[in-house]
Amino acid sequence: MTNTIAARIADFLGDYPPFSLLEKKELYRIAQEVRVIYFEQGKSIFSKGEKVHDHFYIVHKGAVDLQKVNDNEEPETIDKCDEGDVFGLRPLFAKENYQINAITDEESVIYAIPLNEFKPFAVSNSQVGNFLMESFASNTRNPYATEHRGKLFSEDDEISFKKEALFDLQPIPMVKKMVTVSPETSIQQAATLMSERRVGSVIVVEEEKPVGIVTDLDFREFIGTGKLPIDCPVNKIMNSPVICYSKGITIAQAQLTMMKHNINHICITKDGTPNTKVKGIVSEHDLMVSQGNNPSVLMKAINRARSTKKLKKIRSKILFLLQGYIKSNIPLTHISNIIFELNDATIKRTIKRCLGKMETPPPVNFAWMSLGSQGRKEQLLHTDQDNALVFEDVPEDELEEIRAYFLKLATKVTKRLNIMGYEFCPAEMMARNPKYCLSLSEWKDQFSKWVTTSGNDEILLCQIFFDFDISYGDSKLTNSLSDHVFDILKDNKNFLNRLAAQALRNPSPLGFFRQFLVEEDGEKKDLFDIKKRGIMPLTDAGRLLILEHRVKNISNTAERFEKLAQLEPNNKELYQACAYSSKVLIKFRTKQGLKYKDSGRFINLEDLSKEDKVKLKRCFKTIKEIQELIKLRFEVTYYL
Amino acid sequence: MIFNWFKKKQKLEDFPDFWQNYAKSFEEKPPEDISEVRFVVFDTETTGFDFEQDRILSIGAIAVKNKRIEIKDNFEIYLDQEKFNPETVKIHGIIQNEKFDKLSEIEALKKFLEYIQNSVLVAHHARFDVKMVNNALARHGLPKLKNKVLDTAILYKSTRIATNLIDRDKVYSLDEIAEVYNIDLTDRHTAAGDAYITAIIFMKLLSRLKNTNSYLIKKIKNRK
Repeated sequence: MTNTIAARIADFLGDYPPFSLLEKKELYRIAQEVRVIYFEQGKSIFSKGEKVHDHFYIVHKGAVDLQKVNDNEEPETIDKCDEGDVFGLRPLFAKENYQINAITDEESVIYAIPLNEFKPFAVSNSQVGNFLMESFASNTRNPYATEHRGKLFSEDDEISFKKEALFDLQPIPMVKKMVTVSPETSIQQAATLMSERRVGSVIVVEEEKPVGIVTDLDFREFIGTGKLPIDCPVNKIMNSPVICYSKGITIAQAQLTMMKHNINHICITKDGTPNTKVKGIVSEHDLMVSQGNNPSVLMKAINRARSTKKLKKIRSKILFLLQGYIKSNIPLTHISNIIFELNDATIKRTIKRCLGKMETPPPVNFAWMSLGSQGRKEQLLHTDQDNALVFEDVPEDELEEIRAYFLKLATKVTKRLNIMGYEFCPAEMMARNPKYCLSLSEWKDQFSKWVTTSGNDEILLCQIFFDFDISYGDSKLTNSLSDHVFDILKDNKNFLNRLAAQALRNPSPLGFFRQFLVEEDGEKKDLFDIKKRGIMPLTDAGRLLILEHRVKNISNTAERFEKLAQLEPNNKELYQACAYSSKVLIKFRTKQGLKYKDSGRFINLEDLSKEDKVKLKRCFKTIKEIQELIKLRFEVTYYL
Repeated sequence: MIFNWFKKKQKLEDFPDFWQNYAKSFEEKPPEDISEVRFVVFDTETTGFDFEQDRILSIGAIAVKNKRIEIKDNFEIYLDQEKFNPETVKIHGIIQNEKFDKLSEIEALKKFLEYIQNSVLVAHHARFDVKMVNNALARHGLPKLKNKVLDTAILYKSTRIATNLIDRDKVYSLDEIAEVYNIDLTDRHTAAGDAYITAIIFMKLLSRLKNTNSYLIKKIKNRK
């Protein structure tokens, strides 16, 4: 009897070590005994202390995190397995229980290989045996032992995960070539010294102890602007106190410190306090060039990536970075900006690659628009992709041919984004949908139609499409579209009123007794929907008010409220509270999503600390107030 | 009524042993928990789409239980058929005199019933495959399949969001769903290959359906 499926599985196994070291016939025999297991995202395959299984595992589709667990600590990811990586090898070598956790990082299909089928090969074939030993070691040992794995697994991976897992463990590169001056040195002398020695900063010392630091920036701030004369002593412009650390500071710590304090240099002293001798200085630039895990290196890797698989790997590193930032309490604005840029670069790179795969260059200029959360620069976790495409106006008889070209392009792009983890939009709001792949005038007509008909579906579409941001292509097209939106909204009080009614559809999420309103039925019963009840009301309010003020090109909710605070000084406090709340809620969602490896949308109230609850309640009070403001300002009663 | 009942009873004993065994397996009470239900995901390759004229050329099936597939527990047979349609060869690649071990239709049905027993059947556009099998059964004087049936095309539709912005009546092909779920499309259009792809899709659907357990149990119990 033939077994097509087993043959298929044997083919897959044959592509990856250690199976690639086996004969075809042997593989087929093993394949017939394989168990295929499906896991949802965030599910445990095995956990520390569990009795070992009769199988070891290879990832067929998806990704698996291997985590080290210490008592009372959050699990720490020590390795990440994706397609073709083997894990769970302990039972091959020892009878004791598992020492680590294996948990799916995304929806996964895993092949379980029975030990009794496989063990004979590990024993008789020394190459197979050695490989497994090495993999076992690199899976479980702490990541200091990094050399092994890189060689065995991949040739081209200059940014392999192992190195990255290391990044926070490496000590910082310290620059000894530092320049020190006394507090009385004149600014001019200090500057001369700096340009002679070609350094960007100078440490001001008293008895070899650091009392301040002067960087290029300070010269611009104080001298360039003429605030102080150049013969002033340097202590008038120095930054003090100096942020000091001892030599043992890790790269991650240094990076985070810089972001936190918004500085570019850290001073290294003997015991890490400003009270001991200066040993050296570390600049942000030094850090950046020294190691692989930082946004700028990732950015380079994105722009060099030659395959979707590679881009997918980089994206998983972006999430890792995000996790580090959140854990270290970096301000959300910084985080959002960095993650947005990296997401944006990924999308740009994907479009560029797909353009290369088309038979001809684009017939006319076009722009790729990201909608929804990516458009608002609020997309931190993987969420659905929402996008649209606009192309230049063309003669009627060429229109359909040209649309066909862009639909083909969009199909390629969306397919690759899906593989990378941006799931297809369930409502088909994607550039590959002929409804959302339009010429400039078609888009204008479409917007006009949505604004004038204003049924509930149309309002919903407006809310999504009005938050667009150009990801790739000709910005003249998108600008012209924004102009059009303002033209049609001019004097259209009726539409704004409808939009206002829509913004109020999810009332403030606190009940009469100040308890949280949770979902009442369905699968999410008793969970709190932070998107629907927290983030969306703010987003809707921000969009409405900014449209009313006819402000263009700000699509981020927090930025919108900050702008509104400037425009309406009498409501400044409320708007600032809204901006703050928007950031807090997004951070909550991101934290939740990282913790449970999901969209973070539904929160179990029992998970929240007392402090978190208070913080959330404060945000909800703000939502209530902004909704009151909207109720008063717009004529919504008719529509509610 | 009584007459009918007698007639039925009598009939069961007239059927060959393999049918009696198959029918008996349904006396067992179906499990309450979805993780204990054995699903058999299957696909047929046929000479065409005409339920009267066309014949089954191969059946591929794989069992899914608790979101797991044991590759061992698979089913793949090729049938010896008089009827041959060069038009469909380019789809499934099965030519008439290929050197597969081929079974007679009745032998194939016997093996298939032994394999599926009282499992819940799953197929993409299940109506087609089920009817093909039922018609084959009828040719040999046997009753219809007694199993509950789920259709992945319909299950997939019920995972789509409820909005007027998409065409909710759209019928999704296996290829389209596989693309959405990132499933490789090798071995497409072999019965076993399609059954495997459908099985992976089915497992993904199980996790996406709201309130999977009660939803499916209800569905399985209500349908014939």
